[in-house]
Amino acid sequence: MSPLIETSNLTKQFETLTAVNGLTLTVDEGTVLALLGPNGAGKTTTVRMLTSILKPTSGYARIAGYDVARAATAVRHIVGHLTEFPGLYMRMRALEYLDFFGELQGMTRADRRARAEQLLERFGLGEARERRLAGFSKGMRQKVALIRAMLHQPRVLFLDEPTSAMDPHSAKQVRDAIADLRRDGHTIILCTHNLYEAETLADRIVVVRRGKLIAFDTPAQLKHDLLGLPVWHVRLAQPIAEWPPLNGHLQIETQNAFEMAYRTAQPEIANPYVLSQLHAIGAQVVMLGEAPRSLEDVYLKLVQ
Amino acid sequence: MLHDALIITRREVRDSLRDWRIVAPIVILTLVFPWIMNLSTRAAFAFVEEYNAQIIPARLVPFAVMIVGFFPISFSLIIALETFVGERERNSLEPLLGTPISDAALYLGKLLAATLPPVMASYLGMTAYLIGMALSAQPIPDWSVLTQIALLTTTEALVMVAGAVVVSSHTTSVRAANLLASFIIIPTAFLIQVETALLFWGAYQVLWFILIALIVALALLIRTGVRTFNREEILAREVDEFNLAAIARMFRKFFIGEKFSLGRIYRYDLPRLVRANGLPIIFTSLVMLGGAILGWGLAVQYPVPTEALGAFQVDPAEFQKQLDAPGMGILPRLDTWSIFFNNTRALLIAAILALFSFGALALILLLLPVGIVGFFAGQAARLGTDAFTFLVAFILPHGIVELPAAILATAFALRMGASIIAPPPGMSAGENLIRACADFLKIFVFLILPFLLIAAWVEATLTPQVVLYIYGR
Repeated sequence: MSPLIETSNLTKQFETLTAVNGLTLTVDEGTVLALLGPNGAGKTTTVRMLTSILKPTSGYARIAGYDVARAATAVRHIVGHLTEFPGLYMRMRALEYLDFFGELQGMTRADRRARAEQLLERFGLGEARERRLAGFSKGMRQKVALIRAMLHQPRVLFLDEPTSAMDPHSAKQVRDAIADLRRDGHTIILCTHNLYEAETLADRIVVVRRGKLIAFDTPAQLKHDLLGLPVWHVRLAQPIAEWPPLNGHLQIETQNAFEMAYRTAQPEIANPYVLSQLHAIGAQVVMLGEAPRSLEDVYLKLVQ
Repeated sequence: MLHDALIITRREVRDSLRDWRIVAPIVILTLVFPWIMNLSTRAAFAFVEEYNAQIIPARLVPFAVMIVGFFPISFSLIIALETFVGERERNSLEPLLGTPISDAALYLGKLLAATLPPVMASYLGMTAYLIGMALSAQPIPDWSVLTQIALLTTTEALVMVAGAVVVSSHTTSVRAANLLASFIIIPTAFLIQVETALLFWGAYQVLWFILIALIVALALLIRTGVRTFNREEILAREVDEFNLAAIARMFRKFFIGEKFSLGRIYRYDLPRLVRANGLPIIFTSLVMLGGAILGWGLAVQYPVPTEALGAFQVDPAEFQKQLDAPGMGILPRLDTWSIFFNNTRALLIAAILALFSFGALALILLLLPVGIVGFFAGQAARLGTDAFTFLVAFILPHGIVELPAAILATAFALRMGASIIAPPPGMSAGENLIRACADFLKIFVFLILPFLLIAAWVEATLTPQVVLYIYGR
């Protein structure tokens, strides 16, 4: 099966600035891809090229087989784009606003009305549908913008900072919606600085810096590649004078009278062994667990 | 495309009509101003009738109709700046650019949206004014004049909106766009003054020519607008950048290149520039020829009485007195430097005016002297003097150098004026303008100024001798 999104050596030059430099990647249908990178790394320009808003200077990108430069109209029909700023028309009512974008997407009046009402209900905005957007809170506006992007049931959704400026409750609602879309098999490209969001939602991570791709893999693989084997922590109830001998399954990182940290490639063998050795010398184990390793560690290692 | 454009128009018109800052002035200008104008016109009628005057009231009503119609359309400029650059400033343009609508449909939709409400208000205002006049049994202009005024008003609104799009395309904030809008407001104000003069003069035929000129300007502005209002241009410009140092660097690159070399300029740059600008040079030459023919035609149509011109003979003593006389008005003293400075000044003024008129005013300024020469040659022929000999005596000696200089300067000024209309692929309108200015300056400094100096010397020293030789008594 050919990938839904395919780019090859994708490059965008603005006069003297190379915003995107030779980006090559593929994204399969149903994948949630997080696009990470510092400000000015080229994320927004990449999304603009993939949504056929900007033309690549060189290289190519295809969405569902459509070339983003040559078949721009077709591409814009099958993608939905939540822009970095909601950019709503404040004097319009929510339903009227969505109806306008639905019409531009070529949806019938009945379809766009039904779909807009369904999505407004889903995001808790059903009662506000006839209210002017100027009276909406930041979070409500972001939700309307998200609905606008989803309205025409695009095959690929590009979400640029979908939960920025949202309160925790609204952000969770949006994250849940993205998770639902993922379950429904949608392909989502998520540009975000929220690494927790990327880690919990994305199947694959792309990190770009100064227009170049510097990492592209699953979160687990990136952690493995960049942070090494998982670290396990053992904590004891009472200090011990000496730790029992531990065999070569382990790679000791730190050790003191109360605690030890070690890495292992085979925790299913190593961890019971550690427990049995400690039990043999009468040590009481309070906790044995994997040290949490966040995507943030991976990201910082990559971009610094 | 039209279907998509109308979706945009409908939304934008609805949006404009929800904005009290736009609606309130339009309502006042549509309903209150015609009423005030009505009272003023009737008061003016009563005043001039006291002195048995007729002509002024007859001319006052078309003028009043035009003013009543113009005030509401002045809002088209504000709406256009709001709808184009305002939307960009509020970040609401990008979601629109992400939809399947084409750039041209988006442009057309916004153009209509900015034009329709003010034009409708304008028609309503003019109708209200005319109804008021009819109800008070006052004369109203005939249908042809009213049609003319309605067409002029509509075209002016479209020109202002199309101009506003061009302005908007080069800015990212409404504030900057408002400042640049003076490039639209000043010529429009000038145009209204000209139309006013023509209406009071009763030269209604000339208004048709103005309408044609406006339609040409509209076509040029729409062409520029379509080229600049596209996704690529809009999103590539994230901030208003007025970087004098960058402009100076770019100008230097186009003007001097990597390193200044006089030899390279004469051997390579100037011949290349002349070759590359063949079309404007040919066009300017044809306009010049047309001007001479027009002047000749006017001489035939409006013959100057023979007594007024006198015989084509020159008294040497009198001629010498004229040569020694100081300059008069815009005419220079007949010495090398005065002629040189006068011609240089005229060509530079034409170039500056070209920047504000897509090059048209440079052509008009060239037409005037050539038309005058054609006119006198025509009069000479009518008096039985050989026109060719007349031209050989008065024009040819210095004209051999001066005319090519004038043609080149006008052609490059024309290119400067037209540069923002159609930048070549990969080049912004601003870059193209800077390149055209650099090219103009290069050709002016290194070719035209030496030509003008030589021509001035010939005109001050050799031409009078030739005139005396041929026409001296």
